[in-house]
Amino acid sequence: MSGPIFDRYAALLRESTPVALATVIDGPNVGAKLLIENGAAPLGSLGHPELDRVVARDALAELEAARSGIRHYGPEGQTTPEDLLDQPTVRIFIESHAPPPEMWIFGAVDFTAALARVAKVLGYRVTVFDAREVFATQRRFPMADEVRVTWPAPVFEERGAQLRARDAVCILTHDPKFDVPAVQGALRTRVGYIGVMGSRSTHTKRMQRLAEVGVTGSDDLERLMSPIGLDLGARTPEETAVSICAEIIARRTGRDVPSLRSGTGAIHS
Amino acid sequence: MNELLDDIDRWQTNGERIAIARVVDVDGSGPRGPGAAMAVTSSGEVAGSVSGGCVEGAVVSEALAILNGERKAGVITFGYSDDDAFAVGLTCGGTIHLFIEELNW
Repeated sequence: MSGPIFDRYAALLRESTPVALATVIDGPNVGAKLLIENGAAPLGSLGHPELDRVVARDALAELEAARSGIRHYGPEGQTTPEDLLDQPTVRIFIESHAPPPEMWIFGAVDFTAALARVAKVLGYRVTVFDAREVFATQRRFPMADEVRVTWPAPVFEERGAQLRARDAVCILTHDPKFDVPAVQGALRTRVGYIGVMGSRSTHTKRMQRLAEVGVTGSDDLERLMSPIGLDLGARTPEETAVSICAEIIARRTGRDVPSLRSGTGAIHS
Repeated sequence: MNELLDDIDRWQTNGERIAIARVVDVDGSGPRGPGAAMAVTSSGEVAGSVSGGCVEGAVVSEALAILNGERKAGVITFGYSDDDAFAVGLTCGGTIHLFIEELNW
């Protein structure tokens, strides 16, 4: 029969609360468990208080990055190679249960449905935002998890703080009324990817407008992927969606692949 | 793990003992990543999957061995073996490491 750790773990999973479960899979105390959640004392023990403390700290970082995997420690939580000499190794599996990454798409346009579909394949929770009631409907975007009729600023005020490095903001409106405040809002968050759609001339005008409202810092400009997407020669909305999602992956992994931002030629050749 | 919770609840209500196998590591290509889990009851009922069908049969035998006290909780490894046609392997050529234990925590 299950005990208190599993029961708490199952309850947190059912309510989609982020949780990490650490299990000793090799070394002393095989099977020992520590359940780690944000803002609560860990439940259980891996066999030594110092090991519990170090693993709980690491597990919170793994949870933040939504990573699961094996880590190695000494029996008393040692982590440096010198401390681990002549010590039995404890192998611990840290299993992270984090909510899916978020993709916020601004603009209910032709490209939005294709991008939402590809993002769903990659496991994102997708929200579509547009101020125009006739376009921002769940019927047009059945693949989106949520469709909201709203201007960008209130969205970022209300829930911008929840965005993390693994989340993405894609601004597809082509309309300065909408994309300038969306870019400003996104830059105030910790979101890992900000892409803005538009031709090279739209991009040039947009950068002028952003400069007028004070977006001039090199850190801010380095974060903006504009024009959005990799330089794949994508034509259709579906191909463009793939080029955007591929750019998100490349930015996360730090791979050097040609983004449209770095080029100068025509976007659709 | 989420997809196993309803079955686990039902089995526990019926007083079944349960073993859980979780993917803890994958070398090379593997169909399911770390965290993928399956559960096996002492009467041989199964929920979830750890490899998309390649090694589930062997996992059931190992899980039953744990519930019968014939082996201890620990890591077991399945990989492709071309010298033994009967070895349990993954068609994708990768190796997966599973941790199997009884649900008693």
